[in-house]
Amino acid sequence: MLDLRASVIAISYIVAAVLFIFGLKRLSSPATARSGNRIAAIGMALALGVTLLDRQIVSFWTIAIGTLIGAVMGVYFARTVQMTAMPQMVALFNGMGGATAALVSVAEFLRLSRLGETIGIGESTSIVLGTVIGAVSFTGSIIAFGKLQEILPGRPLQFPLQRVINALILLAAAALGVFVVIDGGSTALWSLFATALVLGAMFVLPIGGGDMPVVISILNSLTGLAAALTGFVLHNQMLVVAGVLVGASGTLLTLLMSTAMNRSVGNVLFGAFGAASNDATAASTAVGRTVRQTTPEDTAIALAYARSVVIVPGYGLAVAEAQHTVRELATDLEKRGVDVKYAIHPVAGRMPGHMNVLLAEANVPYDQLLEMDQVNGEFPQTDVVLVVGANDVVNPAARDDPTSPIYGMPILDVDRARNVIVLKRSMGHGFAGIDNALFYNENTRMLFGDARQSLTQVGQALKTA
Amino acid sequence: MSQELILGIYVFIMAMFVGFEVISRVPSVLHTPLMSGTNAIHGIVVLGAMLVAGSADTPLLHALGFIAVVFGAANVFGGFVVTDRMLEMFKKRETGQAEKKKDA
Repeated sequence: MLDLRASVIAISYIVAAVLFIFGLKRLSSPATARSGNRIAAIGMALALGVTLLDRQIVSFWTIAIGTLIGAVMGVYFARTVQMTAMPQMVALFNGMGGATAALVSVAEFLRLSRLGETIGIGESTSIVLGTVIGAVSFTGSIIAFGKLQEILPGRPLQFPLQRVINALILLAAAALGVFVVIDGGSTALWSLFATALVLGAMFVLPIGGGDMPVVISILNSLTGLAAALTGFVLHNQMLVVAGVLVGASGTLLTLLMSTAMNRSVGNVLFGAFGAASNDATAASTAVGRTVRQTTPEDTAIALAYARSVVIVPGYGLAVAEAQHTVRELATDLEKRGVDVKYAIHPVAGRMPGHMNVLLAEANVPYDQLLEMDQVNGEFPQTDVVLVVGANDVVNPAARDDPTSPIYGMPILDVDRARNVIVLKRSMGHGFAGIDNALFYNENTRMLFGDARQSLTQVGQALKTA
Repeated sequence: MSQELILGIYVFIMAMFVGFEVISRVPSVLHTPLMSGTNAIHGIVVLGAMLVAGSADTPLLHALGFIAVVFGAANVFGGFVVTDRMLEMFKKRETGQAEKKKDA
């Protein structure tokens, strides 16, 4: 039987697990989501608070100082980060969770071996997996952070024999893992830890920036799994429940994102998509086709006299930090009686739901944000579509051209609208590195320049239109 | 296999089903807050870090425990705060009229 103290801890963990599930349940609507997050935070406070009662804990100083430093760091980053930088923020926190899981696994192994206890095969397997998955998630997230923050180049980084070398590293990790389970020994575990750190970095380096929505989801799911595994090591069901909830969420998002790109998860991870040189395709398709340019003034007139306008944001909106400018333009149009909506492709931007957060920051009400399936039927009745920094997700080749590398990817059918105005920095290619047939259409006009500047000019012109 | 391991696997599988069930209802508008919110939840692993740090009896274990607590705490606190900040911005029409911009 458990004594009183242990019972209090165990029951509090159950309550905390229920609070986590309730919190996630409330995330199913924007109206209740904020309270859901707070309920989950209360669950967390409860779980961490009662853990301090655990008899295993004899010294509180390390915990107190560590928590204080971590909390100050975390809250500082969380409060100062720009909304456009949210994907890298999530990657960073995710990496920290992964590192924690790996360190806990290693430390528990060292503690148990020091006590001279025999470590059961279940525990040692969990330790090995927790170490590997946590470490992979840590360095993988750091590389993803670097790519998103543009410290590292966003394009896939490739070198000769990459797959062979990665396979060898994976094999080495597997061999070390088996060795730790069978034979024990802290040297082997440390080597495994180091190998897994390298593996995580090597795994994300060859993946391009546009595939980040999938990568971030996978890393999220991996950290959840690593946390659950530490639960097996410490015989703590609280960790198992919370970790698995996160793992399930990450897995679901991974599948959603790869479906939205019509590619398998394997293809995203190992395809090095967008790495191929695009000079050949660009030259061959551009021949004999011209794009029609437009001016901010003409754009303003087209918008002012439209009945319905759909705005399609993409990663370019985030780069130009144009979300507020877009919203101001939309408000001015609405004052003129124009019906304005936003069409959001599931993989627009660098993480799931990236565009929704940016537009919410700019005070766009969420009922104005339409998903792909809701909006695609409306394009033929739409007077003007304004594409702001989106490219591959509006490329009709994905629907019409079986030879296109992105053929089969569900797209926003903006080419079916009466007029399309594309805001773009230059005639460069999207992430997939392929030409966009949309730009050459009869009804498409190109407005070149920085998205925010262009939108500001359109807004000014609108006042006199 | 130990009784505890079996129990753990049991909990693992049940939680998986609950997780899929609950999370499949989250609309795509909220996918970023979902991701950062679950991010905060996996920070629960700081609980393990606290157990390690609190029972450490060698300098190495102290160091490992300390680093793990710092990372884990940053994950938990940062994750919940940034999610709250994001969710505060999601508003329905008409309620979001007051244009109060405070860009950090």
